[in-house]
Amino acid sequence: MKLKKLIAASSIIATSMVAQMAYAAETIKVGVLHSLSGTMAISETTLKDTVLMMIEEQNKKGGLLGKKLEPVVVDPASNWPLFAEKTRELLSKEKVDVIFGCWTSVSRKSVLPVIEELNGLLFYPVQYEGEESSKNVFYTGAAPNQQAIPAVDYLMNDIGAERWVLLGTDYVYPRTTNKILEAYLKAKGVQDKDIMINYTPFGHSDWQSIVAEVKKFGSAGKKTAVVSTVNGDANVPFYKELGNQGISAEDIPVVAFSVGEEELSGFDTSPLVGHLAAWNYFQSVESEENEKFIAQWKKFIGDDKRVTNDPMEATYIGFKMWAKAVEKAGTTEVDAVEQAMIGITVPNLTGGTAVMNANHHLSKPVLIGEIQENGQLEVVWETPDTVIGDAWSDFLPSSKNLIADWTKPVNCGNFDITSAKCSGQNF
Amino acid sequence: MLRTFCLIFTMLISALSATASAAEDFDALINQLPHKNLRNITPLLEKIAAQDDERVRFVLTEIVNGDLYYLKSNKQVVSIRKTPDGDYQLTAIIGEQALENQSKSAMKKIRTSNRIRSDIRGLLAQLDLTHKKEAVRLAAVKQILDDPNSESIALIKKHLKTEKSEDVVQLMETAMAVNQFKTGSVQEKTSATKALKNSLEPSVRNAMVQELNRLSEYKNSELSEDDKALKAALTKAIDSIKQKRSIYEFIENLFFGLSLGSVLLLAAIGLAITFGVMGVINMAHGEMIMLGAYTTYVVQQLFPQWIDYSLFIAIPAAFIVSGSVGILIERGVIRFLKGRPLETLLATFGISLILQQLVRTIFSPLNRTVAAPEWMSGSWQINPIFSITYNRLYIVIFALAVFFALLAFMKRSSLGLHVRAVAQNREMARALSVRSDRVDAITFGLGSGIAGIAGVVLSQLTNVGPNLGQSYIIDSFLVVVFGGVGNLWGTLVAAMSLGSFNKFLEPLTGSVLANIIVLVGLVLFIQKRPKGLFPQKGRAAE
Repeated sequence: MKLKKLIAASSIIATSMVAQMAYAAETIKVGVLHSLSGTMAISETTLKDTVLMMIEEQNKKGGLLGKKLEPVVVDPASNWPLFAEKTRELLSKEKVDVIFGCWTSVSRKSVLPVIEELNGLLFYPVQYEGEESSKNVFYTGAAPNQQAIPAVDYLMNDIGAERWVLLGTDYVYPRTTNKILEAYLKAKGVQDKDIMINYTPFGHSDWQSIVAEVKKFGSAGKKTAVVSTVNGDANVPFYKELGNQGISAEDIPVVAFSVGEEELSGFDTSPLVGHLAAWNYFQSVESEENEKFIAQWKKFIGDDKRVTNDPMEATYIGFKMWAKAVEKAGTTEVDAVEQAMIGITVPNLTGGTAVMNANHHLSKPVLIGEIQENGQLEVVWETPDTVIGDAWSDFLPSSKNLIADWTKPVNCGNFDITSAKCSGQNF
Repeated sequence: MLRTFCLIFTMLISALSATASAAEDFDALINQLPHKNLRNITPLLEKIAAQDDERVRFVLTEIVNGDLYYLKSNKQVVSIRKTPDGDYQLTAIIGEQALENQSKSAMKKIRTSNRIRSDIRGLLAQLDLTHKKEAVRLAAVKQILDDPNSESIALIKKHLKTEKSEDVVQLMETAMAVNQFKTGSVQEKTSATKALKNSLEPSVRNAMVQELNRLSEYKNSELSEDDKALKAALTKAIDSIKQKRSIYEFIENLFFGLSLGSVLLLAAIGLAITFGVMGVINMAHGEMIMLGAYTTYVVQQLFPQWIDYSLFIAIPAAFIVSGSVGILIERGVIRFLKGRPLETLLATFGISLILQQLVRTIFSPLNRTVAAPEWMSGSWQINPIFSITYNRLYIVIFALAVFFALLAFMKRSSLGLHVRAVAQNREMARALSVRSDRVDAITFGLGSGIAGIAGVVLSQLTNVGPNLGQSYIIDSFLVVVFGGVGNLWGTLVAAMSLGSFNKFLEPLTGSVLANIIVLVGLVLFIQKRPKGLFPQKGRAAE
């Protein structure tokens, strides 16, 4: 195991040192743009390891197009402008053929102008707020209609929620998601007074007043549910306070979009049990591919306690699709691979099939899980079929007429179907 | 005579066989449990609940608590309890015999969802109306009050006559009165309104508001005299409830403010010693807090069976750990930088980074789980709309206790006298044979040790991770500067007023803006009074 890590580590060092050497031409370079230090390191390091694992597996099978894959790992250090610089470095200096990377929306927005200018290829594996479709980016995480909207549907139809609390951390993903959800709820006939929206700073730890407010809001005789886009650590004191103030998952269920297996492994799960999370993948889902993937991951990382999560599945799907597209196109040239990507199918880890659509978003199943004591999530509801990711939300007035379609004849990431015009502004 | 005897005999037999078949039914139903999934388990549970068997309550409770499993090997339904050595102790539901201990991989949970659990709770509440314990009955009535249906109201009506406990009777009457709003005549509604005008139960208010809304849909001329009387009574009752609610809301906010204040106080009070009294700008103060929190984690890891008492061990342990690290820093670095505030600031900042990285290397960059003891969980329900969470209550008390202990130490002990003497005039103190070096080290150790204690408390409120300290260092400095450097009372007043100010603003502005307003207010205040709320006066001010 150590040896394998050593090989991985030395290959990283080797890449950075001998980047310009001649043999580079005989390998296909895969850029990995995930923060390995700073606040996002906790989440992103896992994805870096996932990409390295996938590369190792592909190389065992003989690589791609007869060439070995070579990872180029850089550390943008949770520093958003640095993401742009590192992308430039990967594309112009290292000449990578593809990049797997980014977690936060801010970092992706920072990378976008560079990757479009230099015509690179980015696979983005995290759920995000939508309203974007770049020719150079493939979004393998969920769009709002593949996570937030089905979760609200579940609460509305199965739990019978009539009052809604939208809680979020104060940044772009929760704000946009809540805007979409608010529009969606209103379209479903929910009145203004039955929606409460609240934002908190990053790492908020004093939830007394907010939870008390939620409790008051929920005691008006109608079933109340909380939709939480609260990010990272702030969830622990939030759920703790819910438990202490005597609000159980049966009284007021909380459905979270940012709490997965990885986050739960650092929590004292007892106050969270019974609350919900919406994702496209859970480690607990029983399927052959998933079992194989979990075993492979535990072996690669050398730790039996490590868990898998949704962004890892998205990375897995993204990598498999890219490999398939390269083989189909017979080259790693960006334009050819981009066209070959559309329509590619790969089995996902939950027993279904992932399809890359013309808008660069995936078709995914949506799962709602209940948090268990052991930090795993058990599925209580799922969409009957996969849902196609929607780049531009149908529920926001500004984007309801927009579609993205990167096939001929539209070939546009921001196409207005009423005026039949392509604005060219893809993000 | 014989005939009567025969009759009685046959009746007895049939009664016996009836119970026997009921038991069989129950067993059969239980055995079906492993074959159901989330979609089709509810009818089965309802059937189980309808059985006249004393095990029903137990089984339903086990399901709600998530302790009902079945063995993978033979589909036997069991209830499980965790044993201290990590295995599970099994009891078969049918036959009630104890089975061999097993690990979790040998069994599978009888799965439920939120919705199913809340259905079961409704069923349990109906069973619990006749429970031996008063508290259980009270909870059952409360559950029914929140979500009443005709069946449960009928049950309440039935048990009301035999109920002995005053509290339960009162709540039952409330439930019946609320039900009047649904089913009663106008007169009954009016008398229910009058009877309920002092009730703070949310469901009472909801029922009244609903009724008032219904009446408001009509014009005044369309209403009968009785309706008008009802409307007037409702308006009056809702107003009086609203008034009471707003009083409790104020008290609640005040408590939230004090509890935030006591967290700030705990975080800042150590700094009030090192920065306030000694004048050392210690940027590693936050990391002393972090070390205290990690000490709690280690203590819990060492004594996993004593989680409930872990904090009592952790408090002295954290004091010693952080205190000795503090003394080490003072002896190793700070004493060489005396009188050079900028260098001290940079050096201690460096130390804070080193400590963070150390913790990352030893414990991993991921947050560590610190469990909350049983007695710190839950809340003290004072009335239906006002409760105080135990953890916050204890923290307020603890923070004040630490504060007064420290105050007594500084004012009453000879060491405290030395500390104050050195802080006021080092040369003179030395001339009077106070060993200023030793006093410096002890003072710094004391300040750091108290920061460690703050860490124990914070481990109960927030995440224990390498960045824990950073989020409190700025707040700590703010409190000390706002209160007046070198003044412990000032620190107390500053912490409590900042906490309350923040919490009263939060409902109005949201927490993001509340933070900003507090900061802006502070900046303006410091502009006006650079020495804080309670500046040092006289010679001590130099």
